[in-house]
Amino acid sequence: MAYDYEKSIRPGKLPHIWCPGCGHGIVMKGLIRAMDACELDRKNTAIVSGIGCASRLPGYLDCCTLHTAHGRAAAFATGVKMSKPDMNVIVCGGDGDGTAIGGNHFIHACRRNIDMTYIIMNNFIYGMTGGQFSPCTPTGDKASTTPYGNPDPIFDISKLAIGAGATFVARTTAFHATQIDKLIAEGIKHKGMAIIEVLDDCPTTYGRRNKFRSVTDMMKRLKDIAVPVAAASKMTAEQLEGKVLTGVLYKEELPEYTAQYADVIKKAQGA
Amino acid sequence: MAKKVALLQGNEACALGALYAGCDFFGGYPITPSTEVAEVLSNELPKNGGKFIQMEDEIGAMASVIGASLTGAKALTATSGPGVSLKQELIGYACIAETPCVIINVMRGGPSTGMPTGPGQSDVMQAMWGTHGDHAAIALTPASCQEIFEETVRAFNLAEKYRMPVQVLYDEIVGHMRERIEFPEPGDLEVVDREAPSVSPEEYKPYDSTKGQIPPLAAFGSGYKFHVTGLNKAADGFPTTKAELVDAEERRQIAKVMDNIADIESYEEYLIDDADVVIWAFGSTSRSARYAVNELRKEGIKAGLFRPITLWPFPAKRTAELAEQCKGIVVAEMNLGQMVYEVERVAQGKCVVVHEGRVDGEPINPGQIMNKVKEVI
Repeated sequence: MAYDYEKSIRPGKLPHIWCPGCGHGIVMKGLIRAMDACELDRKNTAIVSGIGCASRLPGYLDCCTLHTAHGRAAAFATGVKMSKPDMNVIVCGGDGDGTAIGGNHFIHACRRNIDMTYIIMNNFIYGMTGGQFSPCTPTGDKASTTPYGNPDPIFDISKLAIGAGATFVARTTAFHATQIDKLIAEGIKHKGMAIIEVLDDCPTTYGRRNKFRSVTDMMKRLKDIAVPVAAASKMTAEQLEGKVLTGVLYKEELPEYTAQYADVIKKAQGA
Repeated sequence: MAKKVALLQGNEACALGALYAGCDFFGGYPITPSTEVAEVLSNELPKNGGKFIQMEDEIGAMASVIGASLTGAKALTATSGPGVSLKQELIGYACIAETPCVIINVMRGGPSTGMPTGPGQSDVMQAMWGTHGDHAAIALTPASCQEIFEETVRAFNLAEKYRMPVQVLYDEIVGHMRERIEFPEPGDLEVVDREAPSVSPEEYKPYDSTKGQIPPLAAFGSGYKFHVTGLNKAADGFPTTKAELVDAEERRQIAKVMDNIADIESYEEYLIDDADVVIWAFGSTSRSARYAVNELRKEGIKAGLFRPITLWPFPAKRTAELAEQCKGIVVAEMNLGQMVYEVERVAQGKCVVVHEGRVDGEPINPGQIMNKVKEVI
């Protein structure tokens, strides 16, 4: 029997705005399966996003949804979680939204280790504005604002998250659909900041400028570059050239921010 | 029983006023000359189970305040000019998403870093027009420590009642001045709580104005699932580009303020009835102006003071009446001309309107104002 996604989707909100071949829908289905697996009470779940194609995801889901301003999702979500620590807080957005304009909020949300799950859909481009290069567009690639090839080095989002203090960091790709929900579910269950980076495809604004003849080509690339962490440990540096590690990259149990603040309240109240 | 009194700094009075109003969330970022508001609340909020968070920047602080407010918190941030500049986009977000919150702006000079420890009144136009797009604004300008307490309470009330951001602007002099405060007892001042939805979660639409100009706002986590966005939206909260819906929503969000000016307006007048010249001044400048009025009266010059406490929406009706009645209006403000343009606009040439300004970090003194008044007479 087909999986029942519809019970999680707001009536009348489909079709979505994403282009044919975009991976965001695969991520959304993964998120729905993860929420089901974790039995999240939708009334008590806030899904927060910034601006961009990926940030339109919350509007489709039957939860408390907050579509904020460009880059600010993690900061809005921090206010939600701080004010109501009992709520499940999920953030979703793209690479430009999260690591360029929202980079400061991203790293500080990681540093605080506040309990939320941040799904960052990295499609290597600013899609909604028509394909300008993002901090994740590979060096040398074409974007509408890098007609001679991108001169910028890139952010490795997962490494950035680990360096900033996130206590659960995982990566997968839109090709690995069945891994997406498992990693998100693990992130939701993790007490602290969980970053789930999903390498995604944007055929419309990235693929066509960078010699991907079809969505299949883009998906094949995602499949080819992904190396599970366990497999990577048996590979040489040469073999790992151009590859991306997938799976749970980092996990640590450390005090969570709202729990720490609950202690502040106890101290202030003379306990 | 005698009222509880204390010698308090303006910023401390602001923090205590916020607590009186029921503030239970503060998100901020350190900035002179407002930081004491954050310091006091970092100490006091957790005692009541409230939340204090120092965010990574001014924008994050504003974002956290809006996020907290959507869970039902009475949320506050405090900053100064450069911080308000950074917050402007999200002040606009709070306007269009109709999210109650209070922003304290302890005014210093500018532009840019300006004189961080000096007073200024040059953010008054920014309070109205700082964020992009059409919107209404409410801004209050207390002139004493007691009034900072009371106006902070009123700011929360207006934010919750009109479902929008409310700014409290006071200059550094009032913010750092120490004065005797008489604490209101619980119940002495009105405290307004957010109107809860009267319909079931299934029927709830966060921007449904069929039952009134200001739709009730449910809280995230209270059983109501709804969508909030900064896009133009329909009554159900979801984005729309339908011309008639966008137009109606934008106009409603301005009308909810402009149709209720009588409720929002607040001003004080001193010796105004027979005044030939009206000094139009707010904040610490109004205290110099009051002194100037007394001195001028001793010299036989009929001067009076109009002191707006609600600066936005602009007190257009009363200012226009004053323009009919007097020979001239002297607008005294610590800037090089801001509110004077509003006064000129509504005076419509019916009296002389002149400006007395200062931006050197020194307060406007009574002598300056008196000289200007004598030029008008």
